Amino acid sequence: MSVLELRDVYRTHGKGETAVHALGGVTLSVAPGEFVAVMGPSGSGKSTLLNLAGGLDAPTKGEVVVEGSVLGTLNRKQLAAVRRRRVGYVFQDLNLLPSLTAAENVALPLELDGMSLRKTRRHAIAALEEVGLADLALRFPDEMSGGQQQRVAIARALVGDRRLVLADEPTGALDSQTGEAVLKLLRARVDAGAAGVLVTHEARHAAWADRVVFLRDGEVVDTSGPLVQPEELLHNVPGVRA
Amino acid sequence: MSVKHGLLALLERGSRYGYQLRTEFEQATGGTWPLNIGQVYTTLSRLERDGFARALPESDGGQRPYEITQDGRIELALWFASPINRTDRPRDELAIKLALALTTPGVDVRAVVQTQRTATMRTLQEYTRLKPGAERPDDLAWRLVLDAMIFRAEAEVRWLDHCESSLARYASTQIAATTPPAVPTDITAEDNREATTR
Repeated sequence: MSVLELRDVYRTHGKGETAVHALGGVTLSVAPGEFVAVMGPSGSGKSTLLNLAGGLDAPTKGEVVVEGSVLGTLNRKQLAAVRRRRVGYVFQDLNLLPSLTAAENVALPLELDGMSLRKTRRHAIAALEEVGLADLALRFPDEMSGGQQQRVAIARALVGDRRLVLADEPTGALDSQTGEAVLKLLRARVDAGAAGVLVTHEARHAAWADRVVFLRDGEVVDTSGPLVQPEELLHNVPGVRA
Repeated sequence: MSVKHGLLALLERGSRYGYQLRTEFEQATGGTWPLNIGQVYTTLSRLERDGFARALPESDGGQRPYEITQDGRIELALWFASPINRTDRPRDELAIKLALALTTPGVDVRAVVQTQRTATMRTLQEYTRLKPGAERPDDLAWRLVLDAMIFRAEAEVRWLDHCESSLARYASTQIAATTPPAVPTDITAEDNREATTR
């Protein structure tokens, strides 16, 4: 089963003459262990797509399905629960709370979910360990480098058992080495069974994905990959059914 | 870049014979630049002719090693010190293709751009997949060669993005220019606004 499914999704802002069609009929599904990058010029609908996928925005038409839940059929409380428990977000501006330590920032979504303090702490340390920052758990964001802060933001996105990771230009202000480390982390998380969607305008970063979807004017114009597997080559030979 | 300078750099490490040079050259370039042994020997004899390398007496196994000369060291230092001249590169087939696509009637240039971008993107994905998971110091030379290919492919994608946006801008000025003057001005303004908000 796909972790994320967009079924013929439209998103229109405004009405009538002045309506802006941000997305016009996008269908996309992301399986566990699959990493999909979305590329396109500014205004092509990349961020709209990500917001819809994460339940931060609702489609005008079509369905968004996260691990079997059709987001449009959920009430507000259920939707908030899906966002907290199943979806991890990594934004360009990290949105770390400056008055909380790294561990507290990472634990926050679990705490909001009503998990016991001791449990949230254990999960937070595990998530920080995964991004190689366990020893900085007690530092505050302004005591860390930009790359370290971004890793904390990723740990927060991964904490608990989230199977859908959404990243919007997560390497924004980082230098190329640090940016690459961030992508390796996302890639590793996906290889461990999560589904990942990355919005970026940098081809070098999109190249970490299994599939690259090109958006233009709110529509998918092309898809690169998945890279051809030997057994798939057979499908391309006329007359051969594998 | 020439095979000549590549071999000189290897000889700088110590004397080598042909097969060793070939193996080490391919290792240094991560197998991305295969050489045949004939190329190695022709290059060696040219290096000898120019006084950059000299042949040593044959070994018992019948192999003839070469060593770098003082002139060869100077040549190598000069090579490392000079930037690569862009005009030394082969002509850019892609740029020429796009230029021709623009001026050939009936060609959908945007499709040409997109086809190329998807193909280059795939190449970029393949290169990225070759990156070693754990970084070991021994891999550094290979990683840098790989990064060079990655950054070059990325540059091509960026250039294609640029082409696409230039094409879009060009197309919208064409439409504006061919709008008949009989159309009331407020409608034209409306159309333009719609074109820009998209």
